[in-house]
Amino acid sequence: MFGKLSLDSIPFHEPIIMVTVAAIALGGAIVVGLITYYRKWAYLWTDWVTSIDHKKIGVMYFLVALVMLVRGFADAIMMRTQQALAAGGAEGYLPPHHFDQIFTAHGVIMIFFVAMPMVIGLMNLVVPLQIGARDVAFPFMNNLSFWLFAVGMILVNLSLFIGEFAKTGWLAYAPLSELRYSPDVGVDYWIWALQLSGIGTTLTGINFFVTILKMRTKGMTLFRMPIFTWTAFCTNVLIILSFPILTVTIALLTLDRYLGMHFFTNDMGGSQMMYVNLIWAWGHPEVYILILPAFGVFSEVIATFTKKRLFGYKTMVWATAAITVLSFIVWLHHFFTMGAGANVNAFFGIMTMIIAIPTGVKIFNWLFTMYRGRIQFTTPVLWTIGFIITFTLGGMTGVMLAVPGANFVLHNSLFVIAHFHNVIIGGVVFGMMAGFTYWFPKAFGFTLSEKWGKRSFWCWLIGFYVAFMPLYALSFFGAMRRMQSYEQSEWQPLMIVAWFGAVIIACGIACIVIQLVVSIRDRDKNRDLTGDPWDARTLEWSTSSPPPNYNFAYLPDVASIDSYWEMKQQPGGFKRELATKFEDIHMPKNTAEGPIMSLFALFFGFALIWHIWWLVGLGAIGMFVTFMFRIFNNDTDYHVSAAEVEKTEREYHKRLEMQA
Amino acid sequence: MATDTIKQHDAHAHDGHEHHDAGAMKVFGFWIYLMSDLVIFGTLFATFGVLATATAGGPTSQEIFELPFVLVETFLLLISSFTFGLAVLAQNAGDRGAVLKWLAVTFLLGAGFISMEIYEFHHLIAEGAGPDRSAFLSAFFTLVGTHGLHVTFGLIWIAIMFFQISKRGLDSVTMPRMLCLSLFWHFLDIVWICVFSFVYLIGAM
Amino acid sequence: MDPTGQVGQGLKSLIITAFGLMLIVVIPVIVMTILFAWKYRGTNLAAKYTPNWEHSNIIEVFVWAIPCVIIFFLAVLTWQTSHTFDPHKPIASEDETMTIDAISLDWKWLFVYPEEGIATVNELAIPVDTPVHFRVTSGTVMNSFMVPTLGSQIYAMAGMANDVYLEGNETGTFRGRSTHYSGEGFSEMLFDTHVTSDADFQAWVDKVKQSPETMTFPDDYDKLAKPSIANPVEYFSQVSPDFYGDLIKSYKAGHGGTDSHDEHNEARESSMPMSAQAAE
Repeated sequence: MFGKLSLDSIPFHEPIIMVTVAAIALGGAIVVGLITYYRKWAYLWTDWVTSIDHKKIGVMYFLVALVMLVRGFADAIMMRTQQALAAGGAEGYLPPHHFDQIFTAHGVIMIFFVAMPMVIGLMNLVVPLQIGARDVAFPFMNNLSFWLFAVGMILVNLSLFIGEFAKTGWLAYAPLSELRYSPDVGVDYWIWALQLSGIGTTLTGINFFVTILKMRTKGMTLFRMPIFTWTAFCTNVLIILSFPILTVTIALLTLDRYLGMHFFTNDMGGSQMMYVNLIWAWGHPEVYILILPAFGVFSEVIATFTKKRLFGYKTMVWATAAITVLSFIVWLHHFFTMGAGANVNAFFGIMTMIIAIPTGVKIFNWLFTMYRGRIQFTTPVLWTIGFIITFTLGGMTGVMLAVPGANFVLHNSLFVIAHFHNVIIGGVVFGMMAGFTYWFPKAFGFTLSEKWGKRSFWCWLIGFYVAFMPLYALSFFGAMRRMQSYEQSEWQPLMIVAWFGAVIIACGIACIVIQLVVSIRDRDKNRDLTGDPWDARTLEWSTSSPPPNYNFAYLPDVASIDSYWEMKQQPGGFKRELATKFEDIHMPKNTAEGPIMSLFALFFGFALIWHIWWLVGLGAIGMFVTFMFRIFNNDTDYHVSAAEVEKTEREYHKRLEMQA
Repeated sequence: MATDTIKQHDAHAHDGHEHHDAGAMKVFGFWIYLMSDLVIFGTLFATFGVLATATAGGPTSQEIFELPFVLVETFLLLISSFTFGLAVLAQNAGDRGAVLKWLAVTFLLGAGFISMEIYEFHHLIAEGAGPDRSAFLSAFFTLVGTHGLHVTFGLIWIAIMFFQISKRGLDSVTMPRMLCLSLFWHFLDIVWICVFSFVYLIGAM
Repeated sequence: MDPTGQVGQGLKSLIITAFGLMLIVVIPVIVMTILFAWKYRGTNLAAKYTPNWEHSNIIEVFVWAIPCVIIFFLAVLTWQTSHTFDPHKPIASEDETMTIDAISLDWKWLFVYPEEGIATVNELAIPVDTPVHFRVTSGTVMNSFMVPTLGSQIYAMAGMANDVYLEGNETGTFRGRSTHYSGEGFSEMLFDTHVTSDADFQAWVDKVKQSPETMTFPDDYDKLAKPSIANPVEYFSQVSPDFYGDLIKSYKAGHGGTDSHDEHNEARESSMPMSAQAAE
């Protein structure tokens, strides 16, 4: 009846897990209680869960990402604590089977359920506004993407207290992830969480690719698009081309595990080297999927707050495009030590270094944007400057790793860990935090507390260096990654320093939470009534904050890069004048089909993990039937009446006048 | 799931003066989806290429492929592509009856193809040449089976279109869907020609 | 980082060279960042302000040229060193190269000396200043064979014959390990590497030959291959001829090793709750 699932699947004997579960249950109960008490269920359902509004979907992505950041960080500090303790024969407090799950979960969560939703969330919020569109190309699909992603997130979290998570490392290298070596459900959780959320990501990629190409407002040629939109576009190209590879790779591993096939097994002709090649053929583009939008954020932030045009717009675009192409021909640098010939290794090493050229150009362009500007040191600018310095160092260690000879000794060591945290924290996290602070007022209509934002920045920056510089140093003494314990007690002091760095980062995360609480409390003082709190340059700032659900009462005409800035520079300035005549606006309707389909997808995935075959069938049929409802549903859109548009716009202008 | 999700999305702004034609956008989006599907097949072909000789002492491609049988399958699918083309021509002419007729013929040909494939798979498994026998057979079954699964989804889609067109006729909802389905069906045909050439023909030699 | 082998020394200087080359661009970038941020701060109204300046051919040329030039030098260095330090390339030496097979198991290393006809678990001895050809494979999941002070690592993969040439140039005992995560016992998958004089090496070989244990393929191997953590050092006075080749062939022919899947599964499964309890 319940397949492999039984009461024994719940790890009652693990105090750490049970306490965590109890805390989560308590927190969950409080949230549910509050929602019930304030009678917000209907509001949540109609205004958020079923929403096809790209802005709300973006907010939901980012919210999930922040919650998962806490979960992923909890894993991180547990690892740091273990390694600070388990020196010179000491076992620490985490046995290997728990430690191994934690580093796997940390990697999976931080990449798939923190970095990805932050990137996709910002893209959702910003891209349609920047290109002067009223929504994305396929709004229903956008909602479905989000909920499929949410299903993956739920599955990963379920693994915490029903069964266990994979003990294979975040990429689940075969043959370790094969049934023979990982017979438990951990790898199956990994498979279905990534497979379902990955399909959601592919759909997002297609959706935004079409949105950016087909829904730009009048006059917005490709070379007038804001840089963030450009980087989002390149990211979507990468998603469309690389995520199907992940889908296939995971599917083949699934066939090995569920149907006894032999793609990646040791025996019967399977090839583990093929697994490693396939997973990195997706995995390397993936890191650029994450970093390119961060580059876009920095470009927007630096131009806005230096009050100056972005230096070398075209160079920026071409550098982004070059990185997009190159990211597909460097994957082998993740395994120089597999034993390929010298020519192959050298080729991939050199290709990797060539990526440093367009990236270096971008860094110089940001610097020359600052040059002869009037820099306002707001929180987003601090993140940007912190990024330039940190990322440059991370790029340097990256180039060192790209030299195959050097890689033969540095590979698998803590040097690699320090390097990619150097670029992911210094690049992606800093970028997403900059974007979060920058666009928060656009989403909610009030600015975030600068004081707590800056505190968060300094904690993250200092915490990063304290946590990861020791790891670079340790790697030169032979410290490897993924060690549950180590003999050399002389490594312990540096491990403790690294632990301390993680604690500082914890303060940074706490500051973000406090920042949100304080800013929400003081929201009336920090209202953004104009819609343009930063005196910014691109179209999203020309509408109100938060924008009406139709974004623009009239779609803007664009004549240049930084079109909104140019409008403001016209003699007399940009007038937010009330139009005299309004028209009906055609909009898609909210729909429950996305969340319902995803709920069935959750049953489907969970049942496959535990081999509950009747539930697999139920989930599949449920998804299909819901989908049929969608197909035969003719009531998918409506018109916002001219009168309603006028009412909304009049209120906005009343606010504007009151402020003036 | 991805396969079918794409064809369905909100009819966004189809009368909106500000936007491009929604039907055209759907078809464009579907093209992009097909590109991502192409990456899926490309990866599977690469996998097959790597594992084609990894027979682990089991049967080799020369021993198990029967070209005449596969040739019949191929012709069924090729003809079905042609009949689907006729359905699209009928749609352009606004002839609902002919659209339904050619959809039905296409469905029968596709179903014939799938039946033959199921027979072939069953036959191989019964002979002890199942997908768990060797990496080569895993790759073979997965590549051909993934195509077969796509065709099966296509058949379901044809059935739905048949039902929908007979119910609501040729309108702004059904016509772009027909165009997407036709792209899908021709795409599967092209993939099959690659399967036939690279898997069966080369494998049998 | 304190290499005791010529490969390790070469790689150390390579890392330092690459680091130095990168600093040529990294240091100016960091200095410029801080300088520009300070000089063009919003409150410094004395600084020049050019809001519409967005392009300069000269700067464009420089920002492309500088990274290009540095990457050019690094690329040349990369191409050359990829060949010099190709792990598969024999080390030129007057001494004859000896062969040792390193086989990763769950979670220990089996070293087979085909020329001496002996084998050990978790202990490696090599004569000083003698190039060693390590033939590396696995009887389980992927691992990576490395003695950090000697130099390069290389993956150990079941059914695959991999190799790396290394040489110890200082006598002493150095730790070696698997660097590629391979499951529960990975952290303790360590071994001592004794780099000794020729005479001491011979004495060590003789000591191993005293052992009553033998290492035949597949019988003794199957017993050893069962998962164990922090396995003690073991000596085997005899080993099957072409042990290494037979092990690799066993995967190519079909099922690897000869032990049944179920048996291995059980062993691997049962080893986990046990250690979990032990740790509590």
